[in-house]
Amino acid sequence: MTFFKVNNLKVYYPIRGGIFRRVVNHVKAVDNINFELKRGETYALVGESGCGKTTTGRTVVGLTKATSGEVIFNNLDLTKCNRKQIRESRREIQMVFQDPYSSLNPKKTVYDIVAEPLRNFENLSKSEEREQVEYFMQKVGMSRDSLFKYPHQFSGGQRQRVGIARALTLKPKIIIADEPVSALDASVQAQVLNFMQDIQEEFGLTYLFISHDLGIVRHMCNRIGIMYKGKFVEEGTREDIYENPQHIYTRRLIASIPELDTDQHQNSELLRKNIEEEYQKENDKYFNEDGSVMDLKPVSDTHFAALR
Amino acid sequence: MSNDDILLQVEDLTTSFRIDEQFYPANDHINLDVYENEIVAIVGESGCGKSAFGHSIMGMHHQEQTKISGKIHFKGVDLLSYSNTQLNKVRGKEISMIFQDPLTALNPLMIVGKQIEEGMKYHTKLSKNKRKQKAIEILNEVKIPQPERVYSQYPHELSGGMRQRIVIAIAIACEPSLIIADEPTTALDVTIQARIIDLLKELKRRMKTSIILITHDLGVVSEMADRIAVMYAGEFVEIGEVKRFLKNPLHPYSKSLLYSLPSKNNQGEKLHVIKGVVPSLNHLQRQGCRFKPRMNGTDDSIHEETPTLREVEKGHWVRCTCYKHFHIENSHQVVEEEKDDVFQGQ
Repeated sequence: MTFFKVNNLKVYYPIRGGIFRRVVNHVKAVDNINFELKRGETYALVGESGCGKTTTGRTVVGLTKATSGEVIFNNLDLTKCNRKQIRESRREIQMVFQDPYSSLNPKKTVYDIVAEPLRNFENLSKSEEREQVEYFMQKVGMSRDSLFKYPHQFSGGQRQRVGIARALTLKPKIIIADEPVSALDASVQAQVLNFMQDIQEEFGLTYLFISHDLGIVRHMCNRIGIMYKGKFVEEGTREDIYENPQHIYTRRLIASIPELDTDQHQNSELLRKNIEEEYQKENDKYFNEDGSVMDLKPVSDTHFAALR
Repeated sequence: MSNDDILLQVEDLTTSFRIDEQFYPANDHINLDVYENEIVAIVGESGCGKSAFGHSIMGMHHQEQTKISGKIHFKGVDLLSYSNTQLNKVRGKEISMIFQDPLTALNPLMIVGKQIEEGMKYHTKLSKNKRKQKAIEILNEVKIPQPERVYSQYPHELSGGMRQRIVIAIAIACEPSLIIADEPTTALDVTIQARIIDLLKELKRRMKTSIILITHDLGVVSEMADRIAVMYAGEFVEIGEVKRFLKNPLHPYSKSLLYSLPSKNNQGEKLHVIKGVVPSLNHLQRQGCRFKPRMNGTDDSIHEETPTLREVEKGHWVRCTCYKHFHIENSHQVVEEEKDDVFQGQ
């Protein structure tokens, strides 16, 4: 049985034009993508801004409507099931948002924020609810006196932990983390990443990790899908992607990670230059004539790349 | 490097901001020399005072809300003694600034060509045609394709990377001898970031400009800068050459920062975590070593009572003696419950 699978997912936004505002074209935010999550793994969606990675995440939780395709979870297609089933699936798939400053309601106390999913889905008495909220707040490392404070009284890292606590309360199976640390400072980032690994073990979570930071992705994720213009250009395990990247776009992304080792600088600068040249010259090897990405071809059992 | 090459000399600079009728120093008695033709990186977490430092040099602070003391010598004159009118002759011409977010730094109602010309109009006597010619040359220099066409485009028509190139073009328009770049690549994608880094390095090589690079990203520092100055809670805790610094950081804060980054070598391991959070301005303990509260259970005796920056090797400066006793074990440090670290009144 597959745990979670996305089949031929498409999300198109219409472009309207003419005097009757008829649909003249589409923005293909997500264009025919397939991937599978295995239980307990961390899968990364990587790409530059505008590549459709966030849209994919939002479609999976049901915040954006899919144009066509399937999102299969528990043998149910989430894009086609009824409201009740969708509601049930939301217990199991939760989301952590990028910006902890705008994803927490400033008028609610932390207690109300974390308790909200419980109130929506479970019929708990006041004391049970309190117990649950305290349990999860303690799990994310926040003290009891912070329960009745408001989001603005916390730092970015703490806010992000509140966001994670809220996602945890219903004991979901999958958490979709959309750039969970990109708004945070390096030291705080480390804190949140460590902690995400801890709770993954403890609660047996599966992460869909959406990020543009390849350094963090290498640290966190088992498998990686690289997206470009709404399509996958490459998919594989961490080793496949970092040790043996096939597509020029992937190589370009990896080459542009700033190198901490100063002895490597000349090499990396040269590498970047070469890749850039190849990117300009051998465009037709990697992309169709209209600039779109080709279909994925297997390189090995785990490794797929969009090559001719 | 001799003393003759010093372009900017910051002496005992203190910049205080007003919070509830009281002034709190965001930069506390800072000293820094910037030599000709070098890139100095100022690194620290948000709220440590690194942007405040850049803004002090540019004289951009609100005059009633800030108090500045100390000296900023630039080419022999003290910028702090200058009036606004005098400063205007330096700003944009001798010293210019690159801002973090290119969309808010550009005027949305003005074509980019005119925005590049603005500085020249004020600082030089070039004719209208000459200015346009020069603006197009500069667009060429920052590697913008079809500069004639881009000249008459508006910022919203350009992509993020292109916009940042325009911001850089504005900064170099009058060939300044010092550029302050405040997080120049933070708002950009990695591939574009790499290209902007290469561009800034090339400009520095060709124009012999010095750059003060304000950033929180040690990767960018390693790629670009010659020297690094690490700032914590309004003070420099370590200053040194980037190469040596990255191999052998000394101050506990610098070490912690480096170890908290995910890299090839610590894959799958837990990252190092600094206990606690950056103290806010009005709650900062100003006596003794400011990093002490964030070091796990260290002895008071290893800290100096009044820590000062000391030169431990040639060109490598460290504050406080506590660095001799600080080691990071690879094991995961448990984040303890933090009770008093709630930000108040920010």
